[in-house]
This record gives sequence, structure tokens and C-alpha cells, in this order.
Amino acid sequence: MIGQAITLLRKDLLLEFRDRESVPAMALLAAATLVVFHFALGQRSISGELASGALWVTLLFASMLGISRLFVAEQEDGGFDAVLLAPVERTAILLAKATALLIFLIIVELIAVPMFGVLLLGVPLGPAIPSLIGVLLLADICIAIVGALVSALAIQTRIRELLVPILALPLLLPVLIAGSRASGQIFQPGGPAAVAGRWPLMLALYGVVFGLLAFALYDYLLDD
Amino acid sequence: MAANIIELEGAERRYGERDALYGISFAVSEGETLAVLGANGAGKTTLLRMLCGLLRPHAGRVEVLGHKLPREAWAIRGKVGLLGHTPMLYSSLTVRENLQHQARLNRVTSERVDQLIDSVGIADRADEPVRNLSRGTVQRASAARALLCDPPLLLLDEPYANLDPGGSALLEPLLNAGRTRVITGHDPRALLATADSAIGLRSAQSSFVAPADEVSEEMIEALYR
Amino acid sequence: MTDKTQVHGRGLRRLAFAATITLIGAFAMVFFWTPNEADQGFIQKIFYLHVPLAIVTLGGFVAGGIFGFMQLRTGKRVWDLRSYVAIHLSLMLAVAVLITGAIWAKASWGHWWVWDEPVLVSFLVVFLLYACYQPLRFAIEDPERQARYAAVFAVVAGAFVPINFAAVRLAQAYTHPRTLGTTTGGMPGSMMLTFLISMLGMTLLFMTLWKFELTSKSARMRLSSIRRRIARETTTEQAA
Repeated sequence: MIGQAITLLRKDLLLEFRDRESVPAMALLAAATLVVFHFALGQRSISGELASGALWVTLLFASMLGISRLFVAEQEDGGFDAVLLAPVERTAILLAKATALLIFLIIVELIAVPMFGVLLLGVPLGPAIPSLIGVLLLADICIAIVGALVSALAIQTRIRELLVPILALPLLLPVLIAGSRASGQIFQPGGPAAVAGRWPLMLALYGVVFGLLAFALYDYLLDD
Repeated sequence: MAANIIELEGAERRYGERDALYGISFAVSEGETLAVLGANGAGKTTLLRMLCGLLRPHAGRVEVLGHKLPREAWAIRGKVGLLGHTPMLYSSLTVRENLQHQARLNRVTSERVDQLIDSVGIADRADEPVRNLSRGTVQRASAARALLCDPPLLLLDEPYANLDPGGSALLEPLLNAGRTRVITGHDPRALLATADSAIGLRSAQSSFVAPADEVSEEMIEALYR
Repeated sequence: MTDKTQVHGRGLRRLAFAATITLIGAFAMVFFWTPNEADQGFIQKIFYLHVPLAIVTLGGFVAGGIFGFMQLRTGKRVWDLRSYVAIHLSLMLAVAVLITGAIWAKASWGHWWVWDEPVLVSFLVVFLLYACYQPLRFAIEDPERQARYAAVFAVVAGAFVPINFAAVRLAQAYTHPRTLGTTTGGMPGSMMLTFLISMLGMTLLFMTLWKFELTSKSARMRLSSIRRRIARETTTEQAA
């Protein structure tokens, strides 16, 4: 199963590398959103909860794009049938797609977070990095799981691009809450404060619950 | 008696309020070729998709390779080759990359990939992205994909469409090689020439199920009325 | 699919009767028996409508998830029907909850909506999530697949309801009046009793409406399958 997941992941990464459709679009959207925030908030240096909120909104919007495009290659080329006909376990597909999305998110964050530091953040980014990485990673895993689930759900409908945000954004609200509260504490003007334990805990619990749900339900999503 | 590779009894598939297939019953034994005849929309593609497990029957009995569908659909994966309307290849990847990906998923060696690429005669275009290839070449690549696991059952939905006579000549022996086959197409007489038995579909129901040499012109014409 | 009209319709009249009696009783108690609450006054009585309705609505969403799970487990379409009706009904009641909540908020706190309020916000998020249920269903044409995907959604969303409430509560101030407990340690007996009767009435109401809609839909599905059979027989005759 893991072997097949790796094969599928390789294919997805190869496709992305060849086509460059998802990651650049996500990065561009993140950059544009940050610029919009810069002008909309009328401030060049914000900190604390405000900064945190702006960062998370940006990341969430970028991930909507990534989630939308997760199964597009299969849908367009009739490749779905080929996957369905092969002796591939559905959970391998879940694992591959979620991991692919995770990788895309990490790449986008590598671009977006420094931009955020320059365009919006009033406090130095350097000292915040270690704790921020931990929070972002946990949140990215949650987004990746929910993204794989919602993408599989929406891909078979006719209104994929509409459904993905309206399904995923409410579902990801706890992730937004935990992530932004945690990073709000990190972006304090006097230097990063310690992150309250409950936020990473909430992210971890959320990840476990949705991971289990996705694992149990994926079989039903990709068969006919 | 040779084991039946396919057995259908009263198979049904609905599409909303309409019937896509109703009351379909037939059997195909090992090594036989079944021709599926009918006008567009009669249910040919639906039938083929049901036989490989992509669509589940809404009623009736469907047994392929001794396994009851849909419950045992898992067991026939990798054992049924489908050559359908869509090539089932990723258009941004090359033919070779596509086939190697499928090979890895199905635990097939890469030597077989090379062998098939040669057999279908596309060795010179194998390293180009599928989207750059002509339809005939894509059809041949798709045939290679269908044959990858050396499946005992082949489902061929208009397999020679898009092919020039050279391409058809190349593909025919590969697609014939003693396998059990279910084949559809738009030239009933040509199909019947290569088939052992035939089923005629009209408006989701079977007009006739008969040995190929017993199918008369009137029976064929009735399907297209 | 087998015709479940009889099964769903059984006991409907008795249930409707019980629901009506209980609700009338509850309203009578609210208006004539329970005392006015000290700081909020008469308007506080909307609590007996709003809170049970909210609880029943959330229960309906979770029930929809359970029925969805059964649909996936057994593959029997009757569960999908039950899930759909539960969610669809809860969605309509949720609108009523949001409206009564706003009325109460305006009367007690002077604002129609308060973002600080964890329960209100959680409920709104749940409402927005379930508002996609019908668009999702109608965007899938094949009925089998529609049932399956709707069930997956129902399960995920049903699991999400408690998670969401926990998360939002953790994150925000506790300003929602502790409706089930006052600073003195609990609701006075008469209020608790009225509340419970109202809860019972709302639950019975939900069940009545649910059963009613199920019966009506079962009948309609039976009709479709008869129509389909007629159409099929007509084409067979024409072919012959």
C-alpha cells in the first residue's frame, strides 16, 4: 500500500513539475492577497493577532486553490478510470494526494512567509521562525487531510470550483482558530511568547479525527 | 465445459429515471469473442464499463472471471483490460512515463513496457508527451496500456477507431491473441466476422443473443431503426 | 428500492398528536406558569423556544450523519433518504434558530448579532457548512453516487459539529448566558420543568415532520418506479 502511494505521489509530483499549474498559482494568490492586505489595512507593520489573521487568511485562500486542483489531471485525461481499474487501495490514493498537497503547501509557505515578513509584519520574523514552523506544519497536515477529502468529494460534481471553498472553509475553521491564536502569540511585539499548549493540541486532535474519518470514508468516494 | 469468463443474468443499470441497461443476460466462455452491436446510446459502453467493474449493476447477476460484481470487484482488478473512448493516459506525461506508472501500480516489469511499446509500433514517439501525439498514436498507446497486465479478458470499445490501416494491422494480432474478448464497433459485419457470438442492444434491452453466424441482416437492421 | 411508505407512515398520526399536545402544553406553561426571569424580563421566554430548537437542530445534523453512516454500511437507499430528510429539516429549523437567537440577542444585549459569542458563531459555521449539502447533491447526477457522496458528507459534517463547538468555545470569551445554570447553581424548578417539556415537544415535532416528509418521499419514489416500468413496457411493445 505504501509502495503504491509512493508511485502515485511520484506521478503527482512529476505532473506538477511538468505542468507547473498548482504551486505557482497558489504562490501568486498568496502574494496577491498579502499585497491586498497591505493596502487594505493601510499599515505596513502589524503584529500580534492582526498579523496572525492576515497570514492565515492568505494561506487558507492559497490552499483552496490547491485543493481544487488536486484531482484535475485525473478528471481531464480520463485517468481516473485507469486508477480505478488498477489494484490500488483507495487509502493509497488518499495518502498520495494528501502528501502531495502537503508538499505544495510547504513550498508555497516558503515563499509566502518571508513575503509576509517583509510586506506586513512589524516585528522581526527571525525569532518567530522556530515556533512558527511547528504550528504551520501541524496545520498543513490538517489542511492536507481535509483537502484530500473535500477534493475527492467535489471532483465528481459539476461545480467543483464552487464547492471546494464552501465545503473546505467551514471545515477548516478550527484549524484557522488554533493556528491564528497560536501564531498571534508568536508575533508579539516584545518577542515571541510561549504558545499555549491547547492550540497545537487542538490541531493534533483535529488531524487525528479527520485522518481517521478520511481513512474510513475514502473507499466510498472513488468507486462507483 | 469451459468455464464461463462472463455470466450475466437480468443485469440492470439505471441512469436516473431512464434505463441504461435492462434484463441483459448472456454468457461468454473462455477464448470466445462476443460482438456487442447497437446504435449510439443503446447501452454498449455502459455494458463494457459494467463488465470491468467501473459501474455497478443496479440489479441482476454479473459474474466476471468467476467473481460476483460489485461485491468482488476488487478481485478482477488488473485482470480486465479496457480499451475505451478515452485513452486513460495523462496528457502531460510521455507514453513511456504513463506506461511505467501503470506498470508499477500493477507490478509489471519495465521490460514488458518496452516490449509493448515496440509491438504497437510507437517506439519512436514513446518519449513525447501524450498531448503532442496524433490520435492514431494515442490509440495505440492506449492499447499498450490495456495489454500491460496481459489480462485474460479484454473489453474493446471501438478499438480500431482513429487508426489507419497500418495501425489496425499492427494492433489486430495483439488484440486477438486467444484472449476472451468483448468488442463493440460501428461495422457490424466486420465485427461478426471475428466474433463467436453476438448480442444486439436496442434502447437498453437486448434484441438478440446469438452465435455470430446466425445473425441475419434483418436482425442487424432492426437495431438501427 | 423497496417501498417503505407503509413503514415510514406507521404511527405518524399518533406522533403528530403527541407533538401537538406537548407543544401546546409547553407554550401554556411558558406563558402562564413560569415566572419572568429577573434581569431579562419577558423576552427571556424566547429561551424556551430558541434553545430546544437549537439542540434539536444540532441533534438532527448528527442524526443525519449517523443515517449517512448506515447508508454507507448497508448500501440500502432508505438510509440515504432518512439522512437527507433529517439534514434538510434541520437546515430549515436552523434558520428559525438563527432568527430567534437574533431576536433574543437584540432584546437582551441590544445587538442583532454578536461575534464574540462562541455558540452563535459555531452555529452559524455549522449552518454554512450544511448549506452546501443540497448544492452538493444536485451537482451529482447519478443517484447511486449522489447517495454515497451525500452520506460521506453527512458523516464528516456530523463529526464536525461537536469539534467545531469545542474549538470555538476554547477560543473565545464566555459571554453567552449560561442557560442551563445560573450563578446560584441551577435553574429554578419551574423553569427547568418547562424547559424539559419544551425540549420534548420540539423533539416530537422534529420526529413528526421527519416521518411525514419520509412518507411523502417514499410514496413519490414508488410512483417513479411505476412510471419507469410503464415506460419500459411501452418500449418493449414498440420493439415487438
